[in-house]
Amino acid sequence: MIYSDNDTIAAIATAMSDAGIGIIRVSGPKAVQIVDNCYLNVGKKHDLLFHAPNTIQYGYICNQKEEILDEVMVSVMKAPHSYTREDVVEVNCHGGMMIMNDVLQVLLNAGCRLAEPGEFTKRAFLNGRIDLAKAEAVMDIISATNEFALHNSQKQLRGNISREVIAMRKEILYEMAFIESALDDPENYDLTGYPEKLRSKLATVSSKCRKLIDTSEEGKIRKEGIRTVIVGKPNSGKSSLLNILTGEERAIVTEIAGTTRDVIEETVRIDDIVLHVTDTAGIRQTQDTIEKIGVEKAKKYAEDADLILYMIDSTREIDEEDTEIIRMISGKKLIILLNKCDLENEIRVTEQDIVKLMNQECGDSYELQSVDSCFYHIENKDQKIPMIKTSMLDQEGIDLLKKSVSELFLHGEIVPKEEMYVTSIRHKNALQKAYESMMLVIKSIDDGMSEDFFAIDLMNCYQALGEIIGEDIGEDLVDEIFSKFCMGK
Amino acid sequence: MSQIREKVDVCVIGAGHAGCEAALSCSRLGLETVIFTVSADNIAFMPCNPHIGGSSKGHLVREIDALGGEMGKNIDKTFIQSKMLNTSKGPAVHSLRAQADKAAYSASMKKVLESQEHLTVKQAEVCELISEPVSEISDPELFREGYERKITGVRIFTGAVYEAKAVILCTGTYLKSRCLCGEAITYTGPNGMQPANLLSASLIENGIDLRRFKTGTPARMDGNSIDYDKMEEQFGDTPVIPFSFETDPASVQRDQASCWLTYTNEKTHEIIRNNINRSPIYAGVIEGVGPRYCPSIEDKVIKFPDRERHQVFIEPEGDFTNEMYIDGMSSSMPEDVQLEMYRSVPGLEHCRIVKNAYAIEYDCLCPGQLSPVLEIKKIRGLFSAGQFNGSSGYEEAAAQGLYAGINASMQILDKPYVTIDRSEGYIGVLVDDLVTKDNLEPYRMMTSRAEYRLLLRQDNADLRLRAKGYQAGLVSRGKYEYVQYKKSAIESEVRRLKETSIGASAQVQDFLNRHGSSPLKTASSLAELICRPELDYDSLAEIDPGRKTFSRDIIEQIEINIKYEGYILRQEKQVEQFEKMENKYIPADLDYQDVGSLRIEARQKLEKFRPVNIGQASRIGGVNPADISVLIVYLDSINRKNRK
Repeated sequence: MIYSDNDTIAAIATAMSDAGIGIIRVSGPKAVQIVDNCYLNVGKKHDLLFHAPNTIQYGYICNQKEEILDEVMVSVMKAPHSYTREDVVEVNCHGGMMIMNDVLQVLLNAGCRLAEPGEFTKRAFLNGRIDLAKAEAVMDIISATNEFALHNSQKQLRGNISREVIAMRKEILYEMAFIESALDDPENYDLTGYPEKLRSKLATVSSKCRKLIDTSEEGKIRKEGIRTVIVGKPNSGKSSLLNILTGEERAIVTEIAGTTRDVIEETVRIDDIVLHVTDTAGIRQTQDTIEKIGVEKAKKYAEDADLILYMIDSTREIDEEDTEIIRMISGKKLIILLNKCDLENEIRVTEQDIVKLMNQECGDSYELQSVDSCFYHIENKDQKIPMIKTSMLDQEGIDLLKKSVSELFLHGEIVPKEEMYVTSIRHKNALQKAYESMMLVIKSIDDGMSEDFFAIDLMNCYQALGEIIGEDIGEDLVDEIFSKFCMGK
Repeated sequence: MSQIREKVDVCVIGAGHAGCEAALSCSRLGLETVIFTVSADNIAFMPCNPHIGGSSKGHLVREIDALGGEMGKNIDKTFIQSKMLNTSKGPAVHSLRAQADKAAYSASMKKVLESQEHLTVKQAEVCELISEPVSEISDPELFREGYERKITGVRIFTGAVYEAKAVILCTGTYLKSRCLCGEAITYTGPNGMQPANLLSASLIENGIDLRRFKTGTPARMDGNSIDYDKMEEQFGDTPVIPFSFETDPASVQRDQASCWLTYTNEKTHEIIRNNINRSPIYAGVIEGVGPRYCPSIEDKVIKFPDRERHQVFIEPEGDFTNEMYIDGMSSSMPEDVQLEMYRSVPGLEHCRIVKNAYAIEYDCLCPGQLSPVLEIKKIRGLFSAGQFNGSSGYEEAAAQGLYAGINASMQILDKPYVTIDRSEGYIGVLVDDLVTKDNLEPYRMMTSRAEYRLLLRQDNADLRLRAKGYQAGLVSRGKYEYVQYKKSAIESEVRRLKETSIGASAQVQDFLNRHGSSPLKTASSLAELICRPELDYDSLAEIDPGRKTFSRDIIEQIEINIKYEGYILRQEKQVEQFEKMENKYIPADLDYQDVGSLRIEARQKLEKFRPVNIGQASRIGGVNPADISVLIVYLDSINRKNRK
């Protein structure tokens, strides 16, 4: 035999960092026997074989010479009632990296093979315990960075996505079957008025599909956070903003323009939303090479960002640098901060000036709407840009900024709704494909095509939905999913 | 006592629609062929319906023709009515159907066989297959390929032996057949023909598993006893479109016979319900499994209790007989029930039955024993086709006969097999389904079975399959080259139409106005105009003076390619996906026991069918997508280990 899924694998299942406890997971037909060889109970006896399944026991891990390495708690789970549906033993040892490695090494010496990344979950999948969507969700749970991501992955693991997709698929399958039956047996299946019926059915299913797709942007933001870039002329207060948001002195703040030479990244939490904030070197023409690299980078970051915080020093006249920035960020999700409003006597730039600048550079009839004395919207038909008067010195306007962020991205709802969010790009793409196919069927109906043409796009829709739950095997799909796994899962 | 001992290349057992195509293809490829039949007067006999083609079956006939088979040409010579079906739908489901003069069809095919060089017709019952075991020492190569025996010939009833390199089983419904008309049972083949009672035992001795299938046929009426005034007359098409790409359309324009449409009614259904316990199927006398898609009238009444009526077509059996075929009312009821039930149908009140309806049971092959070229997996040189393989229908039989004949010849001539996959033809779908599926009832070709049917149209069978026919050696170089020319003409003309821009000139607007088409706002390509439903290639001639002259078949392809371009492209994408799975090969010696996580049912099915690739594996019943992902992951790990 060239390859076997029947050997026994082991890996460190907890994070590879020093921590209170660490878990070594062992799975396979010889899991219990191998761990037993390396395990002594309090009475210094090998007795793991007699442990009742689903219990945890205190004892010691020892090497082949029966020298004790660590105190451990060992739990035994018997097939098929385990994560992999194989016999699984989990060794809870102390969480130091050294000791975890030592314990793992002992187990490898005793006959385990080091698991490949994702191999435990792969076995769970191969043994039919979870479907592909659930396998993906497992990976998401491991890498979840916040409450939302975790919560959502858990929902996916329980199969909420699968359930929604299966329901949609069932509807599509019914229509496909009806069309095929009518083609084969026109005597017993009447297609009179059928296109209209199909059209309204597809309207319903496609709108469900659309809704799922629409959750993906919000889902992604909630799961991965918002890539945020602070831009503005040198010394306008960008680094101060970052420091206020992170609550610590991270960026170097001085009076000298151009102090922030490189790009600084920080993760900031506003309630449940994560902002990955990048402070950039002030955008300005410069001869200084180091700073020049920073400026280039700033432009690039601004291009990729989900959100741009444009910091304007209201004590300095608008100049060419501002026009360049405005041009660079037009069309992006944007919040404008009119900073240094505490220096009342030195204000050179007013909210009207910004609107004027926008209309001059971005050309699309923006108007100023005043919400209160410190908070405005610059609006046109496509966009509503919040503008806030701030003072980094007095930490003024920060709450308004947070409120604006949540309004821009989550329609003001910081706490996620009790809904399913599509957070996997793969799922989103498949849903998008399914949606587009449904639109093509509707177009065929409107074009008066005969029923046999509907079948082509209905099939594409059905298959796209199937890819999500692994009912339709796209090329290399399986591989793609498992290769993303981390070790020990 | 000395026995005759002949030496040939190929023996074909049975001269029905499968046998005829098999024997003709082998002999046309220069192989010495003998075709055995229990009745040389009933070659290419049509014991059931009197038509060739119809929905999806018409596609098969076109494909047979493109490959160099005979069925299309023979029906073109002997039809009495012809019709293109489904013309209100898209081109994918257009299908040609022709009513045959049964006697003429049979006689004409017999003449073709008799005139064929290298082919001998022999009236005899084949009783025994002669084969030898394959061992590692005697035939190391065959042994490695998994063969257990090799065929060396057949023995007929008289004891004469025909040595052969290949044998093709085309036994139809003749193996141990028995016919049932209610309580009256006869041990005969169809229409009272002699059955073949001895061969089954020899097949079993050779390790072949057999099962019983059942099919049925309706009564034939004396046409003089039918009141046509109570029925709707069904005419043929004018002009008639021939089946064969080689038939001159002018030669098939003739006076056509009519068919007639009537319906069953509540009274008919009541008669059936009241007598259902006398039906051999419902009484449990018949053990064979019958086709779901060609059901008897008893089945229809029981399975669709809500339907108030069922269609009944009255079809002529030929120019020189009064017999009429009662399509839609096949039955195995006793004679008295039949008469009562038929006479309840409008127009049949005074009908006289010439031949009773009956059901027929016969031995055929259990699934899982066929290779993708229709060879019995274990026995080198033993091929099979038609109803023996579990199919139903003349066209399905002919298609398999041709496919088996070609590949038996390729094997003997030591040339690569000629294969057709699901994206290339209905024949590919048919063969793949017979090879990979546990069909529990006679398999009938249907439109819905073809996933890529917009590409597999009856109108482009020549473009799809001529090259394969040429590869096999059944299509001449000239015909092959014509198809190559046709392809490039279509391609370049489609390109020209897309690239030629038409301005909104007064002449153009006037033209559009006259054709009830909305005026142009900006310039448009000729192709865009062709896409408008009210316009077509011909009508555009007026505003497209630069065009070349093309024949009708080329113009038809140009229009289809332009009008349905988006759909065709999307279907081609689907085929690309399909091919990726077809190209993931499974090692022939894979031990499914090693694939630990397969479900038991899936493992058993995979062991039984031994698919050659992942695509085929995914089509085996009882193997679900989760099993397929298991298999992909497993094969992947093997490949990775091998690379390391």
